Order: sequence, then structure tokens, then C-alpha cells
Amino acid sequence: MAAKSWKEWEKPLIELEDALAKLVERSKIAPEAERAEIEAKVAEYERRRDHYIDVMYSRLGPWEKVLVARAEKRPYTLDYVQALFTDFIELDGDRRYGADHAIVGGPAMFEGRPVMVVGHQKGRNIQERQYRNFAMAKPEGYRKAMRLFEMANRFGLPVVTFVDTPAADPGVESEARGISEALAASMLRMFELRVPTISVVVGEGGSGGALAIAVANSILMQEHAIYSVIPPEGCAAILWRAPEKAPQASAALRLTAQSALELGLIDEILPEPRGGAHRDPAEAAAIIREALRTELSDQSKRTGDQLKAERYEKFRAMGHLISPPVEQPPLIA
Amino acid sequence: MSAFLQCAGCKKILFAAEFEQNLRVCQYCGHHHRLPARDRILLTFDPDSFVEMDAELRSGNPLQFPDYQEKREAAEAKTGSFDSIVSGYAALGGVRVVTAVSDFAFMGGSMGSVAGEKITRTLERAAEERIPAVIFTTSGGARMQEGLLSLMQMAKTTAAVQRCNEAGAPYICVFTDPTMAGVLASYASVADVILAEPKALIGLAGARVSKQAGVSKIPDDFQTTEFVFNHGLIDRIVPRKELRNTLVSLVRMLGNAA
Ligand SMILES: [Zn+2]
Repeated sequence: MAAKSWKEWEKPLIELEDALAKLVERSKIAPEAERAEIEAKVAEYERRRDHYIDVMYSRLGPWEKVLVARAEKRPYTLDYVQALFTDFIELDGDRRYGADHAIVGGPAMFEGRPVMVVGHQKGRNIQERQYRNFAMAKPEGYRKAMRLFEMANRFGLPVVTFVDTPAADPGVESEARGISEALAASMLRMFELRVPTISVVVGEGGSGGALAIAVANSILMQEHAIYSVIPPEGCAAILWRAPEKAPQASAALRLTAQSALELGLIDEILPEPRGGAHRDPAEAAAIIREALRTELSDQSKRTGDQLKAERYEKFRAMGHLISPPVEQPPLIA
Repeated sequence: MSAFLQCAGCKKILFAAEFEQNLRVCQYCGHHHRLPARDRILLTFDPDSFVEMDAELRSGNPLQFPDYQEKREAAEAKTGSFDSIVSGYAALGGVRVVTAVSDFAFMGGSMGSVAGEKITRTLERAAEERIPAVIFTTSGGARMQEGLLSLMQMAKTTAAVQRCNEAGAPYICVFTDPTMAGVLASYASVADVILAEPKALIGLAGARVSKQAGVSKIPDDFQTTEFVFNHGLIDRIVPRKELRNTLVSLVRMLGNAA
């Protein structure tokens, strides 16, 4: 029986860690004579915990990946922004309708050069989650993102996006204000960019809402992130009329980073610290930093036209056809 | 074919011959019934002008998704096509255009690798030759049986629209029932001109997904042609019998700059 939530799945580990924490406390106040014995026990528990994590995380199935990708302890966009950039100035206006806190963005410094950062933002507690609308952006969020992309293009700033959303907001108001157009237009704007573009899927890559800010020259995915055309629950509901079959749907959808790489749809998997990014956010950020540095210096060698053409060709080649596509002559502008 | 059928809108009994003559629109309630792609092509474009392209493209089962192979083969038998899009060159009032027409009978008109490739090639041809592209949508969205490959078709087709914009090739999209999810949220919504048949279902999230997301207080006309028209998301509601003339006028006026 598959675990329903990340908490349920990690429960044995949490229990082990609680026991370990208590032992550590005891060792601090224990009399000298008992201390060695307790410390040996602590070491033993630590060894068991590490072994347990290794076993758990080396055998993550697609559904467990979904649970980890959605885990509320996982670092979110603003955690990475804080760890990787300085001078981040959040710019929030879509200049049309309203402020959307499910997508954050603005210019920031990365190792001495300005970049434009855009990402979905989740919340950690009930209030935050409501404020962030569970990282489900409305048309305003995507229209803000488009403004930032265009600004980056005008001022020559590379674009770095962090992808972490269950989906675009499916509500009545979002439909009324053109959520579908906002998603499509955001993709279209990204195809126009003549600056380096890098997208990092750090949690949930939830269908069109994720892709709308992930049309990049380099698409990176963290080891335990997911990327899917439809939430597994939605897929199970449509296919089998049984949302509870989400674990089976996760397997069928092949939504893991490993599958995305095999299908040729992402460029690189970024390893996560032992037991997932949430166990060592600093180390997770350091791995992303290294990748950003490499990608930025690599893409910065190309002209704007090259970057734009390469981005087109990259997505142009995505798909699986039995009859191979005919070479299209390049468009003469 | 039986001589009578029931309207899907008002449930009245219709004469089949009359129904066909009326382009499958109910004479009582005006309900626009879905059209097979090839019928749509016949009644839209100049007689004998359609030349099909890319008919040989076919999907595999890249994810080994359960039952996908069987579903696709059944759809092939039903429609006589390898996928949900029929595309090619055609003429509208003498103006040469490229077209792609979706067929709901093929797995709900869903967009997988083949549909994405055909739409992309259609738009690329428009950009390259600077001729109008006319696309008819009817689709439940991206084809989940091809997973992330299907999602990426949204980006790929949208990129081709961007090429049309740059090249100055007009792109007209006609939404027919239903135009949903990954198709609506990609190439369909960024056309220069968007027309829609009356009372089509048009929206991002399916009713089931919306319900799961806890969306409440849904207006009666939610996700219809009339709803998206009233919110300024499409340009014009056009009854089926007026579509050809509207398209002819549009391509004559917008497609002459080349
Ligand atoms: Zn009727």
C-alpha cells in the first residue's frame, strides 16, 4: 500500500530522528560514567538513520518522488533566491489587474552579474499557502512574469526561473481573465528572448503552469523533482475514475527527472543531498549555484540570435514520431 | 445511417438528411454538433483545393502507457487517420492557405507528438511562405498517454506561432467544441484572430479537475463560447454556416501583405 502523504511515508524516519534527538539530549546531561555508552548509542542511531535514508531515497518510485517533490520542508524558490543571489529586488506589478503572490520575480545579482529571477512560490503554513495560492498562479502572475522577461531582454539580463507549481490556477476568475492565453503568451514571450535562459525544476513541474515559465535554453531538474503533463490524481480520475490510483498514474506518466532526461526533454539532473534537498538546503543550493555558473558562462558565449534559434530548435525536436520529421529549411527573416 | 437522430442539445428528433444539409446544426436550438475533420475541410475550403500533408506521421508508445496502443489503433480505424490532426494546403476564396483541422473522434482530439508536429509544420509553412494559417481546434488538451512529450508540444507549437508573427503570416484559429486545456493554453490562444462556434466548451481545466481543486460557485455559462467572448478572450462568435465567408474575407484582407 502506497503512502498517501510525505509525512506518512517519512514517518519511520521521523521516529528514528526523534529517538536520536532524545538520546543526544540525554547524553548532554548524563553523568560522566554513562556518557560513553550513550554516545555510542547515538553513533549507532546516526548510522541507522543514514542507512535508512540511503535505502529510502535510493529506491524512490515515481509516487514517492511525487511525495518528496511536494514535501513542505523542501526549499522553495525564495529559499534558493536567498541562498544564490544578492540584492534581489522583488517587482510585483502586472500593470493590468492585480498582484499575484504565487509567482515571484525581479532582478538580482548572481556572482557579480545581474540576472532576472522568476519562480513559483509555495507557502509553508496555512496562512502562507493561502497567500501564495498554493503556488497556483493566476493570469496576473504570468503577465508579471512576461513583463520581467521582456525587461530582461531589453536590458540584457539572463533569465533564471525556478519551477515549482502543482498547476496554474483553475478557478473561475482565472478563466474569466484568460489564464490559458496568459500561459500561451508567456511561452511565446520566452521564445522571443535574446538573452541566456535557464529553468530549474525544483519541486513540482505541474503541466502548463510550469511550462509557461520553463521555455529555456537549459532545463535542469533536481533529482527528486517531478515534471508532468497532468497531476497524477487528475490522470487517475480521467483514466480510471479513481483519483486514489494516483500512485499507478505516477508510474504510467513517467514524471520523474530520470524519465524526463531519458526522453530527451531536460538537459541535466542536479543531484540532491542525502535524503533530499530539505535535509541540507545549503548543499542543494550549492549544487544549483555550480550549474547556474556553468550554464551562464556557456550561454553567454552565444549571440542573442543564436540563443533564440537554439531555444527554438531545442523545443522543435521534442516529440516521438514513427515517421521521422522532415528537415525544415530555416526561416529566412 | 439511420434516417433520424436526436439533437445533443435540445433532444428533439431530427431528420438525418436535413441535419446534414444544415451542416449538423440543430434547426431548433442551433446546437453545433461535432464535425469529422474531413467534413470540416470539405465545407470550409474551395472545392478540390485541399492537399493533405504529413498524413504518414504516426505515434509510437514512448512511455509504454497502459492501453495506449489499443486506444490509438481503435481511433485509427474509426477516423481513417493516424492522428487527431488532418493538415495540408488549401484555398479560401482563391487565397492559398495552410490548414490543420482537429478531429474529436481521434482520442478526443488530444495533442501528442504527432498532433504537435503537424500543427508546428503547418505554422512553419505559413511563416516560410508568408501565407495565412487557418486552424480548427477541437480537443480535450494534451494527450496524457505521451506524458511530458505531450506537454512539450504546447511549447513547440507556440514557438511556431511566434515564427508566424515574425514572418508576418496571419494566423486564424477557430475554436469548436471542445477546445480545452493544453491546446487552449498554447497555439490556440495566441492566434491573430480567434473565432468560435456558438456554445462550444472552452476552458483550461476539465470539470473533474476543477471540482477536485475545490472550485465552487461556477456560473451557468462557465467555459462556453459565450463566456470567453463576453470576457474579451476571443474575437467573434461565428455560426457554422457563416464561417467560410468570414474566413474568406479575413484571409483576403489580412493575407495580402505578403
Ligand atoms: Zn437541438
